[in-house]
Amino acid sequence: MTIRKSTAMIAAITMLAVGACAKKAPDTLPPAPEGTGTDTGAGTGTGVVPGSQEDFLASVGAMGDRVFFDYDQYNVDAQDQATLQTQSQWLQRNPAVRVTLEGHADERGTRDYNIALGERRANAAKNYLASLGVDPSRIQVISYGKERPAEIGSTEEAYAKNRRAVTVVIGR
Amino acid sequence: MLLRPISLSLALLLTAAPVFAQTPAAPTPPVVTQTEPRETIEGTLSQDRTVIAIPALATASVQNVAGLRTDSLGRQIAEVIAADLERSGLYDPMGPSGIPAVSRAEVQAPRFAEWQARNAENVVHGFVDASGTGGLVVGCYLYDTALGSELVRKGFEIQPGDWRRAAHKCADAIYSRLSGEAPFFDSRVAYIAESGPKGNRIKRLAIMDSDGGNHRFITNGQALAISPRFSPDYKKIVYVSYLNNRVRVFIYDVAAGSQKLVTESSNATFAPRWSPDGTQILYSMAVNGNTDIYRISANGGTPVRLTSTPGIDVGGSFSPDGKKIVFESDRSGGQQIYTMNIDGSNQQRISFGGGRAATPEWSPRGDLIAFTRMGGGEFRIGVMTPSGGGVRMLTNSWQDEAPTWSPNGRVIQFFRTTPGREGKSSLWQVDLTGVNMRRLPTPQDGSDPSWGPVLP
Repeated sequence: MTIRKSTAMIAAITMLAVGACAKKAPDTLPPAPEGTGTDTGAGTGTGVVPGSQEDFLASVGAMGDRVFFDYDQYNVDAQDQATLQTQSQWLQRNPAVRVTLEGHADERGTRDYNIALGERRANAAKNYLASLGVDPSRIQVISYGKERPAEIGSTEEAYAKNRRAVTVVIGR
Repeated sequence: MLLRPISLSLALLLTAAPVFAQTPAAPTPPVVTQTEPRETIEGTLSQDRTVIAIPALATASVQNVAGLRTDSLGRQIAEVIAADLERSGLYDPMGPSGIPAVSRAEVQAPRFAEWQARNAENVVHGFVDASGTGGLVVGCYLYDTALGSELVRKGFEIQPGDWRRAAHKCADAIYSRLSGEAPFFDSRVAYIAESGPKGNRIKRLAIMDSDGGNHRFITNGQALAISPRFSPDYKKIVYVSYLNNRVRVFIYDVAAGSQKLVTESSNATFAPRWSPDGTQILYSMAVNGNTDIYRISANGGTPVRLTSTPGIDVGGSFSPDGKKIVFESDRSGGQQIYTMNIDGSNQQRISFGGGRAATPEWSPRGDLIAFTRMGGGEFRIGVMTPSGGGVRMLTNSWQDEAPTWSPNGRVIQFFRTTPGREGKSSLWQVDLTGVNMRRLPTPQDGSDPSWGPVLP
């Protein structure tokens, strides 16, 4: 049971994911990073501040900020590894940047269990980034359980998009 | 909050004894008693319900106390008593609308023949008088119309703002006398009020009476709030707040309006529960992705780790004698329910059968554990014995979650979520027998109900 059925579907999910990200609550989004220009990051030359969340998304791709999990699972599969490798490259180019890994679950679990499950998922992604050489002290973890779905709906498709760990830049 | 039980002989002398009005009753610890297994309600609600006439409470003289008229309160108290008794599912209240009011003199000398002629098997009479010291004296009586006998006599001295509590106390006395069950109406519920779109829910801690009255929001919604639990004395609420983008258990002091952390930790803490005596708190903590259950003094100190399996061990609810804990764990694969001693020893799985089992809550009577059964894409509320036997499912909906017991262990509240983009969450309650399903009135959507004990 994997959600990655085709390239076309990935593209569709990407569009939805971007929309969901943009609608995130102010109280769950960290403060926007200030552009001090001290990092020598991979800025795109289009006004995007190096080391910022925009820079991160431009580098990893809108879908590249998150990995997905099967129902009640938290293992990092080959595709997740590829996503996290791309993230780790950006993180190593921006060594002063700190990130939050947000763990999420779909709505088919009870509230407290889903917080524990989101913790597992966020830590699985964190541990994989650490194995690639990212200093784990740069990564903080928070689980939202089923409280912050990215895709609203009670379908398998929505559930698959909500079982995720999302890397969010919080500053440096 | 001041509600002072008095004997009604005192009530008549009350204006000569104003000292009573100034002395709050000392809170008494909740008493847990085991009782015989209760009867099963058969059939529909329209059958076998006792008809009880509840005319407006009388007043010796109409007075204005703190902006409230004693005659208006007499009608409102009768309305609350009638609503409580109706909600129990056992009674068919009549009045106060549509039936004659009674005089102050009639309160202790009912016209039994007239109430019998109205097919009322019981009649409730009462009065609301000014205490002479700025408060109210409320009396209520329950009579058997056929026998012409007095079954209940209760008196309360209250501050005017607590009139609903006097009504609940009267309803409790009537309910207990007629059903043989322990009281439960005069109790409160903490829950989470929800608003806003599903992807960005605003979730606020809120409290209310067991019937939805005296509703009050506690937190402002800037930080996600989930899973509240009232302390047994109602002075505190333990809950999880996402304040500063962290997941942490706080103890909120209701009177002071301030809160403190249960424990200082860099790890996520969640799923808190009080011990029955209010001295201990259970919580779950995730360390590097592994969640275990801990117990700590409500005053802080060093937590005791109770579980250590590699799986998710979460939640937990004390037995009413404080000696055992029921909790959930996925150590066997999916979520199932386990019991252990309060030191973490003797961990035993008690839930088997189809699907997963979660969110166990020990009945205040000790005889049953309520839980959420997950299977077939649905969440349902069920009960079983503490050894895992006698499983009965009480609800059948898409997603019913997180049961909490009435103080007398007879009614279970839970929250129900409906599917889809426009899905809503609301609070419901159901009798232990699976009948008398009712939605609780809340100003917004609701989830995570937590029912406290009967107020002292």
